[in-house]
Amino acid sequence: MAAQDRITRSGTSADTEQEVPEPAPAVPATQDTAQTQGVVDLLDEIDGVLESNAEEFVRGFVQKGGQ
Amino acid sequence: MPTGGRRTTPAEGVSLPAVGEGISVHRVMGTETEYGVMAPALPAANPVLLSSQVVNAYAATLREGLGNLAGTRWDYTDESPLSDARGFVQNRSEAHPSQLTDEPDAPDELTAEQIALERGGSPEAAVLMNLVLDNGARLYVDHAHPEYSSPEVTNPLDAVLWDRAGDHVAGVAMERIGATPGFSPVILYKNNTDNKSVSYGSHENYLVPRSVPFSRIAEALLPFFVSRQVICGAGRVGIGAHHQEAGFQLSQRADFFENEVGLETTVRRPIINTRDEPHAVAEKYRRLHVIIGDANLNEVSTYLKMGTTSLVLSLIEHGLAPVPVLEDPVAALQVISHDPTLRATVRLKDGRELTGLDLQELYCEAAAAALPDDADAQTRDVVDRWQRLLLTLRRDPLEAARQVDWVAKLKVLEAYRARDGLGWADPRLALVDLQYADLRPDRSIYQRLARRGEVDLLVDADDVARAAVEPPRDTRAYFRGRCISQYPAQVVGASWDSLIFDLPGERRLQRVQTREPLRGTAALTEELFDAAVDAEDFLTRLFSGPSRPRGTIGA
Repeated sequence: MAAQDRITRSGTSADTEQEVPEPAPAVPATQDTAQTQGVVDLLDEIDGVLESNAEEFVRGFVQKGGQ
Repeated sequence: MPTGGRRTTPAEGVSLPAVGEGISVHRVMGTETEYGVMAPALPAANPVLLSSQVVNAYAATLREGLGNLAGTRWDYTDESPLSDARGFVQNRSEAHPSQLTDEPDAPDELTAEQIALERGGSPEAAVLMNLVLDNGARLYVDHAHPEYSSPEVTNPLDAVLWDRAGDHVAGVAMERIGATPGFSPVILYKNNTDNKSVSYGSHENYLVPRSVPFSRIAEALLPFFVSRQVICGAGRVGIGAHHQEAGFQLSQRADFFENEVGLETTVRRPIINTRDEPHAVAEKYRRLHVIIGDANLNEVSTYLKMGTTSLVLSLIEHGLAPVPVLEDPVAALQVISHDPTLRATVRLKDGRELTGLDLQELYCEAAAAALPDDADAQTRDVVDRWQRLLLTLRRDPLEAARQVDWVAKLKVLEAYRARDGLGWADPRLALVDLQYADLRPDRSIYQRLARRGEVDLLVDADDVARAAVEPPRDTRAYFRGRCISQYPAQVVGASWDSLIFDLPGERRLQRVQTREPLRGTAALTEELFDAAVDAEDFLTRLFSGPSRPRGTIGA
């Protein structure tokens, strides 16, 4: 598994926490493929439920004041 | 408190924390949610009209046998929205019109009669602006939003359950409108801003003993509320009250606050709200009205929001709360909200620079240190989860997506940004933000995550549906809910601390006061309800107890 290789080569393991204060992007390249596949599936699923015209829909959501 | 021979039966073992007892998450509490409302096919629709459709659609489902309601006038007798916890009353003429919540028809808002006319009905047509539900909650039109105010509960887990019951009610109402010929579908959102310039609230209420000085509550809560968003913010795409900048922040509400302490809830919003309207025996209690929080979808977020706040109040009551005095609390609120890495620091008056996590840790450590050996399971659970969550957030905020709304939302947003190369100003990210809070199960991104097993759940969906029609058993909400389900025709008015009966043959209305939130419980009144043959018999039995004055229960 490619991701696992990268982890091993960088000298850390998936289980031990290392203090690598990297400004973590949400989808780090080092995540294993199962997780990456999960994100792909999730976005596919969300693509299917998002309103079709994002700009117009968001512009139309206008509320009056509340507490 | 007890006079004559009246019994002082504890309400199923729950009582307000008293000095001398250990700290605890248990106390009388509740939530209020103002839902965002929109009919996409009717862009110019009046939001008050849409909100009244929600209330009336839910009423229609109840009439069809799903439950009971009192579609009644709210009893405003005991409301005093201009009463300030710091010990004075605001002059009515100086108040913003939206503060006059004890006037049934606020200026500039449609009345039920106008709505009836708009719908082509006669003014007498029954359009409801206010319902009291048989779970003890209130569903009504507040300003320009449908609002669900949960029944009073005694602990954070029940607060989650009856808060989720409100979302269930909202879902039922949306479905009903969608299925009604001639009505355009209405969408409800559990969020707090339209991301243009407007915010609407999701409030929490906590009962505290009046003996604790308000100034002590305010000074210890201020830094806690400034930092609480790191564990329970709902996340927002956009920076500034007018969305002046693109970007992501922890809180829906942070940019809409301008003051540290004050009475207002709709303008010049304060971090600590001083409205002193206890809806209970005023000499004994105050109701802390919290307006700073975000509406949460994630159940753990709601649980920790309510649980940690109740714990901090308990610390304050025991004189054990830390008071890290911030140099500029309003600025600190926004600095912390605007930094999803959780590394930004805010300055204390003593010169220290602390992060939001550092501030939370001060309170969490104080709670852990004060935890008594015989602490109850839920108090222990809140402290454990709080400690673990702070550690997780410190290690890597993105690991907390199962428990924290803003993290779950940010992960989805970052995934979109990575896949499609989107900048923060892209409207698709704003749409993800909005649809995270969409209450339609098929459109809700939060629900998608939940169904995929990607968030932690605390309550069962069947229990949520039951909580939409059944009251909690251990507060006066039980009394309110049972009166409404058992005597829907005779209950003609209600409020948090009263019920008004119109009995056949009686010339005067009977007003029953429920000013003790821990009375009117199942333990105290279930047998009466089960034994009574009708409303009149019930009231007779209720007031024939040992030396109970007519017109009050358990006062």
